[in-house]
Amino acid sequence: MGIASEALKNFKGFNLKNMPEVEPLSPGHRACQGCGEVLALRLAMKALGENVIMCSATGCMEIITSPFPQTAWKVPWIHVAFENAAAVASGVEGAYKAMNRKGKINSPDTVFVGYGGDGATMDIGIQALSGALERGHNFVYMCFDNEAYMNTGIQRSSGTPFGAGTTTSPPGKKSIGQSTWKKNLPAIAVAHNIPYVATASPAFPVDLMNKVKKAAMVPGPAYLHIYSPCPTGWRCGIDESVQMARLAVQSKVFPLYEVIDGQYVLSRKVAKPKPITEYFKPQRRFRHLTEADVAKIQERIDAEYEDILKKCGGDGKGKEEKE
Amino acid sequence: MAKRIGVEVSIAAAEAVGLCDVDVVAAYPITPQTHIVEHLSEMVADGHLDAEFIPVESEHSAMSCCIGSSAAGARTFTSTCSQGYALMSEICYIAASMRLPIVMAVANRALSAPINIWNDHADLMYARDAGWIQTIAENGQEVVDLLVHAFKVAEDHRVMLPVQVNLDGFTLSHMIEPILMPDAAEVKSFLPPYKAPLRLDPKNPVSFGVVGMPDVYTEARKAQDEAMKNSKPVIVEAWKEFGDKFGRYYKPVETYKSEDAETIIVTMGSISETAASAVDDLRSKGKKVGLVRIRLFRPFPGDEIIAAIKGAKSLVIIDRVVNFNGGALPGPVAIEIKSLLFDNGLTPKVGNFLAGLGGRDVTMENFEDMVEKMANGGVAGAYEIINVRE
Repeated sequence: MGIASEALKNFKGFNLKNMPEVEPLSPGHRACQGCGEVLALRLAMKALGENVIMCSATGCMEIITSPFPQTAWKVPWIHVAFENAAAVASGVEGAYKAMNRKGKINSPDTVFVGYGGDGATMDIGIQALSGALERGHNFVYMCFDNEAYMNTGIQRSSGTPFGAGTTTSPPGKKSIGQSTWKKNLPAIAVAHNIPYVATASPAFPVDLMNKVKKAAMVPGPAYLHIYSPCPTGWRCGIDESVQMARLAVQSKVFPLYEVIDGQYVLSRKVAKPKPITEYFKPQRRFRHLTEADVAKIQERIDAEYEDILKKCGGDGKGKEEKE
Repeated sequence: MAKRIGVEVSIAAAEAVGLCDVDVVAAYPITPQTHIVEHLSEMVADGHLDAEFIPVESEHSAMSCCIGSSAAGARTFTSTCSQGYALMSEICYIAASMRLPIVMAVANRALSAPINIWNDHADLMYARDAGWIQTIAENGQEVVDLLVHAFKVAEDHRVMLPVQVNLDGFTLSHMIEPILMPDAAEVKSFLPPYKAPLRLDPKNPVSFGVVGMPDVYTEARKAQDEAMKNSKPVIVEAWKEFGDKFGRYYKPVETYKSEDAETIIVTMGSISETAASAVDDLRSKGKKVGLVRIRLFRPFPGDEIIAAIKGAKSLVIIDRVVNFNGGALPGPVAIEIKSLLFDNGLTPKVGNFLAGLGGRDVTMENFEDMVEKMANGGVAGAYEIINVRE
């Protein structure tokens, strides 16, 4: 049995009846209206509880929660720079390991978490993340992927999907918008042979919280890729975040799965997938795409989903999705 | 009891860090710092040092790791130089502003390009405005003593700033020297366990590294500036305490035959020993020459430097870096000393010599030539690069 399977064999998940009441991330922070990222972060924090140390990258979730002299954090929290959350978490984890061993402190169960947006994780911070995953620190890394540099004003990142318009991948006579396909960071995390990788979405809160809890329970590094709709950057309605997150799963754009000790497990099988147009339509970042463009993207999405299904062992062992 | 041993300075540096009972070392290899961190990893591997050795994937992550570790309350060390310092410099500024008492040994090396692994002070000068306390060793004994002193100063609650101990790459780091290694119990009595005023602890949650809007940023900067100013008496006090315990007394500026000197050579680091030999030689020829060596570079010991040089008619100031200012200004050490001279109404003749770049030797003859030059009209222009082929 692998490290993660062993650690999770008696796993008891959350359900709607046993939701923790703790809110380590307080309300009153300065996120935009309808922010899907802060919703995902709040859910993650409920799952992590209070014996946790959060290491934040620069970005929306840093700036909205820590304008001195206020802080939204009821748990210890540190922000250093943009590209190094995983390295900072490595240092905190190493310090706790040494100080626990030397009898200087007695906190054997504290959980260490690094987190950042897609830019902080997939672009500028990928080296620090790769180093920390490879070294095997006992920590959780959460990437809150809103598919562009939203904090600086909607610039493209390697997490921006093909065709999306951003302020540095604008559609025009000679441009489709983002001209590259989204980087597959969960696969890169898996390639580090770490015990636990999962994708999650705030539209499926119980699933998200259970994955966060599992990531915290597994010894060694765990990576979570969390879809984080951004109405400001995606140019959809402020009441549509959760709907966008749900449609992304239902249209196979963002499949939910876990990779436990290297084994892919589908979390939700999409039995009757919706066409990506349903997901694209409410978002102005996709509005310029032609039918041919959409068809090309649909083809790629279908192929990527098939690939995930294959990795999960044929049709996937996942549960049937219920509305 | 302290033991005198013949040992490579880098190994002695690592042993000194071990004597300080560090909890975490995060480091990335770069020549000529490697022997320091290799030996630390050996000490951890052999069980001589109970610490986490985190072999990070870059210097940027080394300093990031150190920040996480120090903020968690652990005694934390790293070492680097040159390009490694350049890569981590973004995070070095943050370490100082977050007031974390990290100690770093820098085995001073030239900056690229062309790539060059040998000694000069380009990295030391690159680091001077980062908000770190900077000390500069002349010899192996001083490296050991300054490292022990560094933790004492950094962790003092009146200071809470990171400290950089500089040792010349190769010309000092790789020398085998006779060194009195302090005994562990003595170091323990000098350096109590680190107690962080605030740390990352779920039992007492605090937020580190928050956003500073325009309404607080200036105040934050001023507070850090005050901390640097206030560190000086603590640095001096810690040297006094160190001397009382170990018998070796240090001060911000060292003088040698400078009291009645008409010409004073101002140096930093290991070339000071060569300069002292040159002074002896020139004195034997009846020339009134002295030496002033700067041991503490940040905070800059202005009063001590002025006290040491105020009687001189001419100054030979050595800079070990080219600062590409277009020729109107001298090198960085000379800029700072000239600023002091102006404020103190002193007008000695100043000759600024850029010497020992990228591992080029600076010999006794070089120093004697510089002194000779000052006696014969001085340097034309703000500085002169010596030992250079035209």
